[in-house]
Amino acid sequence: MSEAMIEPTSSPVPPPVASSMSSPVAMGLVGDVGMVRRLKALALTQPLHDLDVRKAHLVGAGAGDESTADFSRYAMAELGLHAIDQVTVSMDFDHGADHDQVLRRLVPLAAAQAPERPAAEHERVASWVLHSLINVGNVNRGFDAGYGTVHADGRYVRRRFDFKLLVELADPAGDIYLRATDEAVTVLVGALDTDITSAQIAAEVALDTLIRRGRLADARAAAEAARYRTVQYAEQLRGRLEATRRNVLAVDWLEAMPTLIDEALHHVEQRYRYENAILTHIRRYRDSADDPDHKRQAADLVTIVGDCIRRHTQLQARLLEAGGVFRAEQDRQQFAVSSARGGIDLHAELLLPTLALPAGAAERPAVAFFPGAVGVRTPRAPRVLDLVDLLLRPPLDREVLGAEVVEADLVELVEPPRFDDDTWARALELLDLDPSGPRRLSALLADARRITAGGTVGGGTVGGGDEVAELVALLALHAVSPRIEPARQAGDPTLMIAVDDGTPLSDPRIGGADLLVGRAWLVQPETEPEPGPATRSEPALASEPKPKPKPTRALAAESAR
Amino acid sequence: MSEALRGAQDAARLLSFGLRPRLVPAREPDYRELVRRYLADDGFAALTQAIAAGLGLIVLDVSERAGIVPAGAAESAFTVRIGDYARRAGGEHRAADRLLHALAQLAVAALAFPRPADLADASYVGRVSVHGVDAFVRESCRLLAERCDGDDLTLDPPVDAPRLEAAWRLYARRASTGSTRDARRLAGSTTGIVARAMNFLVDSGCLVHVGDQAGGTFRTTGRYQVQVRELAADAAFEELLALGVVTVTDGSGTLQVRPDEPTLPGSAASLGSPDSPGSPGSPDSLGSTDDPESADV
Repeated sequence: MSEAMIEPTSSPVPPPVASSMSSPVAMGLVGDVGMVRRLKALALTQPLHDLDVRKAHLVGAGAGDESTADFSRYAMAELGLHAIDQVTVSMDFDHGADHDQVLRRLVPLAAAQAPERPAAEHERVASWVLHSLINVGNVNRGFDAGYGTVHADGRYVRRRFDFKLLVELADPAGDIYLRATDEAVTVLVGALDTDITSAQIAAEVALDTLIRRGRLADARAAAEAARYRTVQYAEQLRGRLEATRRNVLAVDWLEAMPTLIDEALHHVEQRYRYENAILTHIRRYRDSADDPDHKRQAADLVTIVGDCIRRHTQLQARLLEAGGVFRAEQDRQQFAVSSARGGIDLHAELLLPTLALPAGAAERPAVAFFPGAVGVRTPRAPRVLDLVDLLLRPPLDREVLGAEVVEADLVELVEPPRFDDDTWARALELLDLDPSGPRRLSALLADARRITAGGTVGGGTVGGGDEVAELVALLALHAVSPRIEPARQAGDPTLMIAVDDGTPLSDPRIGGADLLVGRAWLVQPETEPEPGPATRSEPALASEPKPKPKPTRALAAESAR
Repeated sequence: MSEALRGAQDAARLLSFGLRPRLVPAREPDYRELVRRYLADDGFAALTQAIAAGLGLIVLDVSERAGIVPAGAAESAFTVRIGDYARRAGGEHRAADRLLHALAQLAVAALAFPRPADLADASYVGRVSVHGVDAFVRESCRLLAERCDGDDLTLDPPVDAPRLEAAWRLYARRASTGSTRDARRLAGSTTGIVARAMNFLVDSGCLVHVGDQAGGTFRTTGRYQVQVRELAADAAFEELLALGVVTVTDGSGTLQVRPDEPTLPGSAASLGSPDSPGSPGSPDSLGSTDDPESADV
């Protein structure tokens, strides 16, 4: 059938059958592709109209509700368009919208249409609209519409056009998400057949002009249209890349694909520059507008155009990767081990030819394959006893929410202190030195061990002395770099200071420097506390002797735990 | 008991082992012993086959790996009929569902043994997943759709002759997945149909469940390979021949098995496309080639 040729059917064709002689021959346009397209476009809006038609039959909230749920106040088609809108906008390169997310956005819209109705009804309406658009009741989860074509011989053939608006797909984790089909985007934007590139340029020229003139409501519509175009573009690329991953040969990477990528890159580049320019325009407009309404509209526009730019950036990233995908896939696919010969090719010799057959004929090979493949089953012979059990078994209740979640008793986790109170008291007692008489760490350690060893508390643990000694060592180490400011603010009269004068510590358990531990008076804020700041400075050179005990790394006090 | 009677009893016992599809000789010493006897003793083999024939069974193959693999003859009580298998569907979709269930079985086998050599190689173990099979058939449908596009851009199937509609359209039209009220798999969706096919094959000892990734992942058993190779493929092929569909291939296979998903330098896991058939690391990630030679009719 020639596509663009438009010719009346009457002249060259002999009247087909005798019976049709009396009736006039159909005067349709033969093979009119445009007509078919228009018929299909018309059919696409049918589900939306149906929403409003069917809402009357929607079972009213049932008995009990005094107003029996009047659904006529909801504009269902409008909600339907919003739902498609939401799904389209959240469609990403890899993902789509999830049900709840769409419903969450839809419920407020339903509520706005009938504010006085209960919230449960809004939710019901929203989910009804969404499910109707998926067409949950149909096993194909899609729609079909009939249309007719007129053939050259005057024959009129009815055909079925199958389409879907929202499709459910599963991601690798098994979660189900929604994507809007190309057809749905068509319903929304109303122009599938237009060239994406030119349509987008037109949309943006219009956008720019509209902003200049301050017609922001129109500009918003144009901006949203531009966004849908971008989604369409990304969808095209996604489809091809996915096909490439399956089989590089399935996509024409010699000419078609490089052209597409070049075009798309060029397109992104232009759009990016353009949208940035528009963005500065609107921002200026937004900041200078006096009318608060205009200000709000302009702010909305900034968001939309910002989103466009984000999408373009994403598309560009994918475009840049596309060549890499191809090369990597080519390596993977072309250098795969080729198989040996023999056997039947299930895919090429059975599956593909069967799929290509008409349904009636395809059943024969497919059904012939079945019993052999699934093997034998021993016939089940039911016993009367089992049968009785089977019939009397109560139906299994499927828990929607699953098992009950056990409420756990949470106890706060407290870490036991490393040193007990007793040890602390003794160590602090030891370190409560006379400010005029500093002591060596070694002496303090010896004291610590001795005191506890012959201590008053006879029942103490054997390691008690070592515990105190270890705490003393740690406190002394801490005193090498004391926190002067907090101590002064706390109003302490003295502060413990430890300095290293180079004497090594000889101790069986702890190594490092034999620190000089003492107490220093804290003086007035304006004068510097004597060794304080010095200890803050980082390790000085060990070779440089100083009159004062120099602060240095007295560290490496290592306790043998 | 006389020697002949004892032999008949053993032969029948061997057959009864074969009718427990998930049993393999490696797990059952008696079974293994009988299989060895079958392979070594021609008289015993003939006796077993005779008993099988009397029961309406055909012995397809006997091996130590798969054991004895019987198949039901046409009118046998042991044969599973597609009508019983796809009984649940009703109404206008009955015929369509029957076809889709049968196609799903064909597709599982085609993806489990992608290359002709895989069917012949007794040591080959195929690996298939529910999502993999669905994506695989959809890709085949897409290829067929592309082939049709060339003929006529606007050709939709006639409305009043559903049996004339191409089978791939039925499959492509059916939803691939769907949400249900209680979070089960939608039984009428194509993944639901494929999953049912695979679970049925598990019960028949043809597949073994190995994991839940990609909607359920399975590996093939020797029994499945024998059944497909010795019986099912030939039966379907004969039907195609009877319909006048002859496909010529060069025997090298139109599918290629690829070891893994490639990783692009510098790109992260974002590339792991959700729909690509098969999961990474399994040999079922393959693509169907647009092979001009496999044109039908």
